[in-house]
Amino acid sequence: MPERIPVVEKILSANDRLALENRAKIDAAGLFSINIMASPGAGKTSLIEQTVRALGKKYRIGMINGDILTSLDADRAAAAGAVAVQINTGGDCHLDAVMLHSALNQLDLNNLDLLIIENVGNLICPAEFRLGTHKNVIVASIPEGDDKPHKYPSMYRGADVLILNKIDLLPYVPFRMDFFRQGVEVLNPGVTQLNLSCSSGEGLAAWYTWLESNLTLKNG
Amino acid sequence: MHELAITESILEIAVRHAEAQNATKITDLHIVMGQWASMVDDSIQFYWDIISEGTIAKGATLHFDRIPAALTCLACGQTYQPDVRALFCPNCQSTRIQVITGEEFRLDSIEIET
Repeated sequence: MPERIPVVEKILSANDRLALENRAKIDAAGLFSINIMASPGAGKTSLIEQTVRALGKKYRIGMINGDILTSLDADRAAAAGAVAVQINTGGDCHLDAVMLHSALNQLDLNNLDLLIIENVGNLICPAEFRLGTHKNVIVASIPEGDDKPHKYPSMYRGADVLILNKIDLLPYVPFRMDFFRQGVEVLNPGVTQLNLSCSSGEGLAAWYTWLESNLTLKNG
Repeated sequence: MHELAITESILEIAVRHAEAQNATKITDLHIVMGQWASMVDDSIQFYWDIISEGTIAKGATLHFDRIPAALTCLACGQTYQPDVRALFCPNCQSTRIQVITGEEFRLDSIEIET
């Protein structure tokens, strides 16, 4: 006779354990790390380029980019002055802790202050896989529409800071800020939202302040 | 497209727990999956049939217990399933909400033969 035995184990527990190992490794090197998640085209790479240009003289910045194909994004970050590592997931829709684990070995972590992970452009899968970074950054953008928090709740649940990019397009695109914000509030009460435009530069200063305050906490 | 890694994880957990009980066969797996867990059970089943081959879990039946998302409004106390158009409270439009269920994703139990 078959016997039923309880298991009650999170299916992602192996990933979560490895994420903890990644965190320990990052902490041992004393750097601050962020995982940037967004849909394709929201402006992840533009945000990273601007950040590296603005803070790259003051801080040593490493960047790990996850994409299905090509090293275009890593190349852009490298051109801006970051030490960049490319992970081609070959079809996987997200980065997971295993991929980050091997990418970390390709960087000299002790010679970095800030590590930026650019996840695969996708609002679904990356939310499920913890990487071990200190903070999760979600980049939303005006042209995507105001309904995205309502439609992709998991992604917004896990955000430590929410960037709303391309606000220079607000006059041209219908976007109900209150409706967007209602969805965000339900999922992630009180989360910091930074409205900015990577192309006009408006609002970027607040993002740099957020980053620098975390860097100071971490690096002393 | 992340269900292959997920399915491998399910197999690893099931076999580990079964072997701890000296099982010779796993016949059934009971998976609890919330509506917001971003997993597709048909894809898990598809990969399962391939990767369980050659293990003690070969041919085991996967049972998916799907839990709908349920939210409780902290302003008026109403518990509701979120509407397809918006997440806030349908009764009082408050955004002060607690997520009660919908994010589960675990292997709850397995049935084994020893």
